[in-house]
Amino acid sequence: MIFLILRRLVQAALILLGVAAITFVLLYALPADPARMIAGRSATAQTVANIRHELGLDQPLLVQFSTYLSNLLHGNLGRSYAQKTEVWTLIAARLPATLVLMLAGILVEVALGLTLGTIAAVRRGGFIDRLVMTASFVGVSAPQFVVALLLLYVFAVTLGWLPMSGYGTFAHVVLPAATLGVLGAGWYARMVRSAMIDVLNQDYVRTARAKGLSSRRIIFRHALPNAILPIIAMIGIDIGQFMGGVVVVEAVYGWPGIGQLAWQAIQQVDIPIIMGVTLTSALAIVIGNLLADLVAPLIDPRIRTR
Amino acid sequence: MFKRWLRHTTMATMVALAPLAATAQETPKQGGDIVVTYKDDITTLDPAIGYDWVNWSMIKSLYSRLMDYAPGTPNPIPSLAESFTVSPDGLTYTFKLHKGVKFSNGREVVASDVKYSIERAVNPKTQGPGAGFFGAIQGFEDETGGKTETLSGIETPDESTVIFHLSRPDATFLHVLAINFASVVPKEAVEAAGGDFGKKPVGSGTFILKDWTIGQQLVFERNKDYFVKGVPYIDSFKVEVGQEPLVALLRLQKGEVDIAGDGIPPAKFLEIKNSADGAQMIVDGEQLHTGYITLNTRVKPFDSVKVRQAINMAINKDRIVRILNGRATPANQPLPPLMPGYDKSFTGYAYDVAKAKALLAEAGFPDGFETVLYSTNTDPQPRIAQAIQQDLAAVGVKAEVRALAQANVISAGGTEGEAPMIWSGGMAWIADFPDPSNFYGPILGCAGAVQGGWNWSWYCNADLDKRAVAADSMSDPAKSAERTVAWGKVFTDIMADAPWVPVINERRVVAKSLRMGGADNIYIDPTRVINYDAIYVKQ
Repeated sequence: MIFLILRRLVQAALILLGVAAITFVLLYALPADPARMIAGRSATAQTVANIRHELGLDQPLLVQFSTYLSNLLHGNLGRSYAQKTEVWTLIAARLPATLVLMLAGILVEVALGLTLGTIAAVRRGGFIDRLVMTASFVGVSAPQFVVALLLLYVFAVTLGWLPMSGYGTFAHVVLPAATLGVLGAGWYARMVRSAMIDVLNQDYVRTARAKGLSSRRIIFRHALPNAILPIIAMIGIDIGQFMGGVVVVEAVYGWPGIGQLAWQAIQQVDIPIIMGVTLTSALAIVIGNLLADLVAPLIDPRIRTR
Repeated sequence: MFKRWLRHTTMATMVALAPLAATAQETPKQGGDIVVTYKDDITTLDPAIGYDWVNWSMIKSLYSRLMDYAPGTPNPIPSLAESFTVSPDGLTYTFKLHKGVKFSNGREVVASDVKYSIERAVNPKTQGPGAGFFGAIQGFEDETGGKTETLSGIETPDESTVIFHLSRPDATFLHVLAINFASVVPKEAVEAAGGDFGKKPVGSGTFILKDWTIGQQLVFERNKDYFVKGVPYIDSFKVEVGQEPLVALLRLQKGEVDIAGDGIPPAKFLEIKNSADGAQMIVDGEQLHTGYITLNTRVKPFDSVKVRQAINMAINKDRIVRILNGRATPANQPLPPLMPGYDKSFTGYAYDVAKAKALLAEAGFPDGFETVLYSTNTDPQPRIAQAIQQDLAAVGVKAEVRALAQANVISAGGTEGEAPMIWSGGMAWIADFPDPSNFYGPILGCAGAVQGGWNWSWYCNADLDKRAVAADSMSDPAKSAERTVAWGKVFTDIMADAPWVPVINERRVVAKSLRMGGADNIYIDPTRVINYDAIYVKQ
């Protein structure tokens, strides 16, 4: 176990270094000149040159990158060009909101996906199965923006049950989490269904059935724990996805997370923020996968012995 | 910051000048708290740095400056200055400050604060985009060149007197002192904030920043010690950021929001306009904006004036106005109609496909030619670029549309020989202050036709440049009318060379709740965007 963690930590460091390098090179290759943008349209060439010097943009790429890395090692993500504030301050201010949304979203999609997938597997081939599969297909292919606006229109505007946008109370998290959950649940439902069908055909299930165990006991005690494994890995992936990819949901519901921050930074070519958010998301993916790897053996003893 | 100031840079809106009469019918009331929404985060409230149309109004209200504008108008009036005099040669401006004005940290505002604030805005270390506006002050080059951190042209003989010495007469100087970059800040607060002044602003304006939850909201409260009695009217305004315009509009209709700062999404515009309360909710006004196509005079075949004139005749501007749901008017000259100097009698190039074809043939392109048209990739700009593409096709010009991220389009425009044509939509010029000179230098003058510059036509006419300098030197207020005419002539004469196709003057739209009072022009103020000092809540 310790070896696994150590190996994963070394891998994580390498992945983060790789992400930092690739992002840095990509951003450096942009034709847009941050100094020119900061200086504004009325600036003289001298002013632009001064700003470029202040930001170290006149240094060779390798020097800039090593400066960036050494700052990074000291926990310094740099300063935003547009906001003239520490990048870490901006990310830290928004991180809690994204974490809350991420957890709530994962909770909804896992609960929904597990339930629907199990029902579909048990009723395989029947009407309910087809209904669930169709719904999950719609779920995974519907555009986030449309689903978000639809839920908002029904539950906030028409029915008035929930606030339209904002952050802070339980009521605020319901709609954004439901949007993410509904969209993600489709994948889970399909995966649980096929895993369950697989398990239900196994010999030991047949044995259990022959022993006269109730079908509820068979499903919850024997089949589900075995079908749940791929879900754990998927949650790990979702952690990373939600960290970086909830821009649309955050925008529609006015959710103050880092997705919004990233989107605004991209529009402003605010490179330090883009770098910071990318690294934070990469870190989240690494941590998510690491957690999934650590949790899996707890559920399935077979992995532990390997 | 960047994108927004490009699109709507500040001082955007200029309106019919009758509305003060409209306000007079209704006495503004004191009190009330309102909610304002914006899609994007507020970047910074540091007046030396902030340069987008959202933070512009907030900075206006947090700080005071020597000069300001009469609400809803483009007319400069003394503000922090009690009075001022200008020497006959136009080179020396002497200001007397109001006594007893206090920063929100309790200290009195003195002359040296004015000097410090402007030097700070010019200092390259500040990385402020407004430094260039102070170019006429003596010693400007020494400071921007890094030789010194002070401006020799600003003198403060006593606590309430500031004297500016200019190196050349500058008729726009009073405007420059009213611009946000000239806001007065206390040195000790800037230094205490350690580079974070933009998040911890201290000023002497009408409002004080009470709370800023990053990514969520800012709360501004009335400055009880503001030196003009009875201003502002509202007690506080809360700015909620990260609000999708469509959602903001729904919330406005439900009464949760008072001003939807991003206006009305095009898809909802007609629905709102035709609703029962629509007329009272929509504030729709002209702004100092022109959208244009640049024709790169250093790229073939646009180096031929006949080709450029032909392109001017080939564009169907009415159709582009229709694409924008009528929220614009066709343009025929660089200046927008409400800018002093706009020539109403000038007709420019009429839409005439046959004549355009004939001119192209005369220029040696009877079968047209192939070229590239750049545009930004956010709606509706690509659609407008396609309309332009079709118009060009009708005269035989085959244009490939390159819709790219804004930063890339700007970069292509500033690289010599790179972009033959650029549709400026989404990045078009909006005046920083209501003076025609602001529409020339960087975008049509020789100074802007440099690597990384904003003169994307790469047009440089030494004769017009000379006339522009001469017009700006007429700083004697008595010559103001003459100066305006001189400037106007520069812009109509430029059209003979046709470096641009002026296409549209876009209007600005804001949505407000029914309980908000005040004339339309303080919601689309020519110098403030939203004038938080002048709006009020009807009881």
